Amino acid sequence: MSTLVFLEHHGAGIQKASLGVLSKAASLDPDTSAVIIGSGVSGLAAEAARYGAARVFIADDPNLEAPLPQSRVDVLADLVASHGFSNVLFGASVLASDIAGALAARLDAGLNWDLTGIDLEGGALVGTRSALGDTVLVDVAWTAEPRLGLVRSGSFEPTERAAAGTVENIAVNLQDFSTKAKMVEQAHAEQTGPSIEEADILVAGGRGVGSPEAFKELEDLAGALGGAVASTRAVVDSGWYPYQTQVGQTGKTVAPKLYIACGISGAIQHKVGMQSSQVIVSINKDANAAIFDFSDVAVVGDLHDVVPKLTALVAERKG
Amino acid sequence: MKIAVCVKEVPDSGPLRRIDPATKRIDRSGDKSLNTFDLNAIEEALRINEAAGGGEVVLVSLGPERALDSLRKGLAMGADRAVLISDDGAAGSDLVATSYVLAEAIKRESPDLVLFGQQAGDSDGAVLWAAVADRLQLPVVSQISELTIDGGTATAKRQTEFGYDTIQAPLPAVLAVSDALNEPRYPSLKGIMGAKKKPQDVVSLGDLGVPADRAGEAGSRTAVSALNPPPSRGDTLKIEDDGSAAQKVLEYLIERKLV
Ligand SMILES: Cc1cc2nc3c(=O)[nH]c(=O)nc-3n(C[C@H](O)[C@H](O)[C@H](O)COP(=O)(O)OP(=O)(O)OC[C@H]3O[C@@H](n4cnc5c(N)ncnc54)[C@H](O)[C@@H]3O)c2cc1C
Ligand SMILES: Nc1ncnc2c1ncn2[C@@H]1O[C@H](COP(=O)(O)O)[C@@H](O)[C@H]1O
Repeated sequence: MSTLVFLEHHGAGIQKASLGVLSKAASLDPDTSAVIIGSGVSGLAAEAARYGAARVFIADDPNLEAPLPQSRVDVLADLVASHGFSNVLFGASVLASDIAGALAARLDAGLNWDLTGIDLEGGALVGTRSALGDTVLVDVAWTAEPRLGLVRSGSFEPTERAAAGTVENIAVNLQDFSTKAKMVEQAHAEQTGPSIEEADILVAGGRGVGSPEAFKELEDLAGALGGAVASTRAVVDSGWYPYQTQVGQTGKTVAPKLYIACGISGAIQHKVGMQSSQVIVSINKDANAAIFDFSDVAVVGDLHDVVPKLTALVAERKG
Repeated sequence: MKIAVCVKEVPDSGPLRRIDPATKRIDRSGDKSLNTFDLNAIEEALRINEAAGGGEVVLVSLGPERALDSLRKGLAMGADRAVLISDDGAAGSDLVATSYVLAEAIKRESPDLVLFGQQAGDSDGAVLWAAVADRLQLPVVSQISELTIDGGTATAKRQTEFGYDTIQAPLPAVLAVSDALNEPRYPSLKGIMGAKKKPQDVVSLGDLGVPADRAGEAGSRTAVSALNPPPSRGDTLKIEDDGSAAQKVLEYLIERKLV
């Protein structure tokens, strides 16, 4: 058995999720390699060695500068073909999901996503994932090699486990279609205001808030409670509220004492960012909303009625 | 422009969604509807062609024959026709098999653009477009929250963990849209009446020339071995708002010393 872990990097650092997967993989399989794909990335190899990579493959090419998936699929497919890895693992992200999905097709290999656990059974990789909006836990397996897995972010903490980390530079051969999509403007970390990660109380608004103006209702409640306002991707993508307030898989992970979810359906990608909150109160018009499955208090009602009333009551109590 | 939109029928959300312990597949016997995330993809296809003053929108789906009921919603919105790949041999297809079958069906249409929704409400995979694009050897852009099609080029804004990228791709391309890209229209009465008469092709794997070992369980590389209940968060206090919900929430928060 041998395992390859894709290490995603942004700027000068490797993503924590990738390092978590690497150290977990290395704990199961001593023959674990890592691959770093980009432009000017050889300096990152040492970090991979610190988290358990016996070998570190470096694909360094100016054409790999932009973090786009398809060129990375070409590199990974060649690497798997020449080394015959049994397992190829990824920490979930927007980029990694696109790479893993395409690599599955390229290699006709099975991909299990949203893994929260991986283990060995009779020498073969098996996984655990949750399904149907976390209403069921599923043990999953692969029926052939290579076994491709996308690990849900936050599942494994990076732990240092020194390994040889022998560096090997690999040749880069890109397919024509893989370089057709071009990065015109790459995301850069936006300037930071007060961070929602620090707040003890978050009042979070989803698309159910209905308009950017109506976020004032949530700001008032947050003000009365001494908290901050958070949001969902649907809200941020609509331009209603700033990106820095987004909670979830592609946003921030928060764990306040109190999370009040207003007009949020409770999609799994949102849940992963807030499920560690101590108390979750949710307000939704739809009695079947998934958010109620993991709430301590579930209010079936219109947030435009409940939120202003609650604000008034809290303000009155605080005098 | 000819636009193929990949859409899926999914079980309605709610308490009845479950996995059948016998087959370890999603129980598809209950109420079903068109995956809501796919409505944004249909809407975008309609808008692109409306802006261009013409074109064709073809819905492409893999699923049981009953899924035609759900596809009709897309036809009622304004899509021109539907292609449903339906075959007992395709049941239980995973990503590898589904992407293979869909790609074969899309190749037959040779569209200028292939659109996907942001995720299937039942599988939550958000990985299928990348697999299909690889099989079609076309550029792919996902998570699109703003899109312009200008001549033969798509310019897309998409969210990643670091903020928003802008990416350009020449057509034909495979694009997956965010559910915030647009507001899907409701079908008009006329649209609903007209939907039944629009072409709805049900094709088999044989019709597409898909070998039996590329679809269904034979064509799949993953398996579900056991089902377990998820860890529970404990009891939920349910409050139906009759005007007093805010008061009840306040009492709960006071009890927990949160106010
Ligand atoms: C790869 C990927 C990454 C993602 N990353 C993230 C992420 O980081 N964060 C994130 O949040 N999402 C993320 N998503 C998107 C996620 O899947 C959902 O689409 C999103 O969370 C939905 O946001 P929402 O709950 O605001 O909107 P919706 O799902 O539209 O829910 C709105 C809710 O409001 C309720 N409502 C409407 N009106 C009212 C009212 N007046 N009073 C009370 N309730 C009302 C409705 O019943 C509904 O339940 C990601 C998706 C993908 C594919
Ligand atoms: N069986 C299917 N037939 C056609 N399109 C599908 C099917 N399953 C998923 N899709 C499309 O792929 C998108 C992502 O699905 P998934 O990767 O399963 O979350 C959906 O929003 C649909 O556009």
